[in-house]
Amino acid sequence: MATVRHSKKACAVNPLKMSQPIGGALAFMGLADTMPILHGSQGCTAFGMVLFVRHFKESIPLQTTAMSEVATVLGGFDNVEQAVMNIYSKSRPAIVGMCSTGLTETKGDDVEGYLKLTRQRHPELEDTALIYVSTPDFKGAFQDGWAATVLRILQVLVEKPAAPREPARVAVLPGCHLTVADIEELREILESFGLDPVFVPDLSGSLDGHVPEDFSPTTIGGTRREAIAALGSAGLVLAVGEQMRTAAEWLGQHIDAPVQLFDRLLGLGATDRLMAFLADHSGRPVPTKYRRQRSQLVDAMLDGHFYTGGCKVAIGAEPDLLQGVGQFLAELGCELAAAVTTTDSPVLEHLPTEEVLIGDLEDLEAGAAGCDLLITHAHGRQMAQRLDIPFLRMGLPIFDRLGAAHRLALGYRGSRDFIFEVANALIAHGHEPHPDDWRTSDAPEAGAAAAVA
Amino acid sequence: MSTLSSTVQNVFNEPGCGKNQGKSDKERKKGCTKQLQPGAAAGGCAFDGAKIALQPITDVAHLVHGPIACEGNSWDNRGAKSSGSLLYRTGFTTDINETDVVFGGEKRLYKAIREVIDKYDPPAVFVYQTCIPALTGDDIDAVCKAAREKFGRPVIPINAPGFVGSKNLGNKLAGEALLEHVIGTEEPEVTTPYDINIIGEYNLSGELWQVRPLLDELGIRILACISGDAKYSEVAQSHRARAAMMVCSKAMINVTRKMEERYGIPFFEGSFYGIGDMSESLREIARLLIERGADAELMTRTEALIAREEARAWAAIAPYRASLAGKRVLLVTGGVKSWSVVAALQEIGMEVVGTSTKKSTAEDKQRIKEIMGEEAHMFDELSPREMFRILKDAQADIMLSGGRSQFVALKAKMPWMDVNQEKHHAYAGYVGMVEMVRQLHLALTNPIWGQVRQLAPWESTTLTLDSPVAADAASTAQVEAA
Ligand code: SF4
Repeated sequence: MATVRHSKKACAVNPLKMSQPIGGALAFMGLADTMPILHGSQGCTAFGMVLFVRHFKESIPLQTTAMSEVATVLGGFDNVEQAVMNIYSKSRPAIVGMCSTGLTETKGDDVEGYLKLTRQRHPELEDTALIYVSTPDFKGAFQDGWAATVLRILQVLVEKPAAPREPARVAVLPGCHLTVADIEELREILESFGLDPVFVPDLSGSLDGHVPEDFSPTTIGGTRREAIAALGSAGLVLAVGEQMRTAAEWLGQHIDAPVQLFDRLLGLGATDRLMAFLADHSGRPVPTKYRRQRSQLVDAMLDGHFYTGGCKVAIGAEPDLLQGVGQFLAELGCELAAAVTTTDSPVLEHLPTEEVLIGDLEDLEAGAAGCDLLITHAHGRQMAQRLDIPFLRMGLPIFDRLGAAHRLALGYRGSRDFIFEVANALIAHGHEPHPDDWRTSDAPEAGAAAAVA
Repeated sequence: MSTLSSTVQNVFNEPGCGKNQGKSDKERKKGCTKQLQPGAAAGGCAFDGAKIALQPITDVAHLVHGPIACEGNSWDNRGAKSSGSLLYRTGFTTDINETDVVFGGEKRLYKAIREVIDKYDPPAVFVYQTCIPALTGDDIDAVCKAAREKFGRPVIPINAPGFVGSKNLGNKLAGEALLEHVIGTEEPEVTTPYDINIIGEYNLSGELWQVRPLLDELGIRILACISGDAKYSEVAQSHRARAAMMVCSKAMINVTRKMEERYGIPFFEGSFYGIGDMSESLREIARLLIERGADAELMTRTEALIAREEARAWAAIAPYRASLAGKRVLLVTGGVKSWSVVAALQEIGMEVVGTSTKKSTAEDKQRIKEIMGEEAHMFDELSPREMFRILKDAQADIMLSGGRSQFVALKAKMPWMDVNQEKHHAYAGYVGMVEMVRQLHLALTNPIWGQVRQLAPWESTTLTLDSPVAADAASTAQVEAA
């Protein structure tokens, strides 16, 4: 059990946190033929875009209502209308997804009202879904923006079942801590039990780094609007990450389907629970390939525990990622010596450490001194260098390494790979013994002693 | 009129800006920021521009007053290099919350400044205003003043909240802040007739260091580079330079011109990109210094150095000419780079099929015409779709641009090279030019291009498989299919 403490500082130094609106924008990027817009001044969008480009190494569709100082004071209806119409006339997207920013929230723009009015004035928008989410960036963090947006997407798009229920269809709600590879792995697992998963949202189709034949200004790939609308007939709601709880519960109630939430899918026990649940739900045995993968994971744990046992780890991550990685490392014998996160979440209390701090990388740096391993996003690179400890990049952004989207840390296979990554980072940083390594500090050095004599 | 809006007006009235002079009074008031198109806009905000311009001052603590969006989403994303302090790479923000929005964030800002000074002891703190506190009325000037008095060191307000305009306006507002609060506030221990300022150069990837050794050799001292690899005190003392070179006219013309006006520092606009331009810049520096009292023999030494360096550079470039000559380049950049890079590419016999002039001034455009001829293909606004088409139709062999459009080229399976701020290689000076040519050569001749453009075997209509095993497999497959 951990106590959760909020940093009392007035100045955040080396932020770990990113803002809600871009978390929301990322969720919209997992829907097909969609243009996400931030309702705010243009800089917020530019920063978000650069951040995602550097992480995914892909073109990023993201627009802005380009609020100027004057427009902000007068209210943003004109800008909202113009932005929607501009995007509509250029690319006729299926969905326009709009997130607010701190600026327009502070002003108090009634965006829902603006969108309604825009629709009235432009009947041609009939076939375009307009989804608005409130995501002020002076509140919460990236994962909150993602969660709020997924909930809104479901509320706006899912229709009540008209057709008969399709028991095999599963609505899957992944938290923003899952990578493209994680989503693909989960899909494969579900499909191998004869299930038909629909991911909301699905970054694995849109930000997986494929090379399309044509240029598109909106998202390419991702879940289609019709597929989300048809979720009313799904037989199960499966969510990954505590952040998805509200959305999952809302959907379960709305379509009258059972809800299963996994707070993590990293680790032996966690994956066992998933497999047992799926076998039970589908009435099918666990496929042979997963039995084999499980055995490989067990072997990796046996090989890896020599390195992970007693290893002191410092982690800075958003709550659900922190929970998954932290719990699994503890299961491998690591000690969670420092844990810093970005926003409140019920999972924090259950972390196997004394204290979790809602803070920044400066706080983590203070706690990470003397640790054997640092895990956080790419911004931790300066700290790792200063502290001279091995560094494992996890989360978003990872801008100084390739393939961030394709790193797998889910299921038996992902857990196995994760152990190897951790252990290899520790091995790579190991140092050769030196004659002075075991010298106690108060014993005089040989040279000095000789000089005195 | 608030002080901020009068500063903005003042910047728009810049007489040194050629574009501005051609306008009527009324037009000039509107400034050079086009009304942004909601839903069709791109690019950073004024805060972004201010931060870009000042962050290369390396020993200063750059504190961003705003919600997490402004700094949390953007810090640690630029490659300005430092030869000393690394403090500029630390992200500081007040990360304001709901309470600050409702009750004001001035107290938090004041405490934040104190924390930064207590913990990091910087020679100065730069405080950046952003949209929300500007909207709710946080008076950062007053807080900075109070903090300066209390803590006894410079605390400089940078008034460039995002919503006042573009990145470029932000560059200039940053310059105004330097003029008002920093430049001229300290005196150098010694001055020499060989002291210059370089203005509008940010030492990205270490480009300043590609030029500095040459100036050292000539005995020319960079009193301040504003702002690449600068220390706070260098900028504060920069008013004692004898002459200045302005590297990017778009960003800091106001600083350069006002320093001429206030301190009588003459300047010229030059470029470190390309062999010819580099030599020209060295000559101009020497000429201005001699005018202001340096010994005339400086020019003789400069010419000798130019002759030696040019010969060296051409010798190093020669081996690449064969693979580069005649290759067509699509250049998507802006401002000074839209002509300085063109000149550089033409020097090695490449053909520029088009250049974007989105952020270029009228002078920049005139220069392009001079270099490329009247019918130069200048695109004011090149949409990604258009870029994709040009590349896909193979009207160009390579695209040079900033990082955000790189995937347009890569997805068209065309080579791409970074010429903007995030680039990893330094291209300034003679050595930089050689490096640029080498990188162009590497990009264009990489063997992957042949492979990635091949159709997948199941897509090609005339399946040609050379290996006997594959041929076997193919025939078996055919037999089975039959
Ligand atoms: S537009 Fe305003 S709120 Fe957005 S990043 Fe720029 S300064 Fe911050």
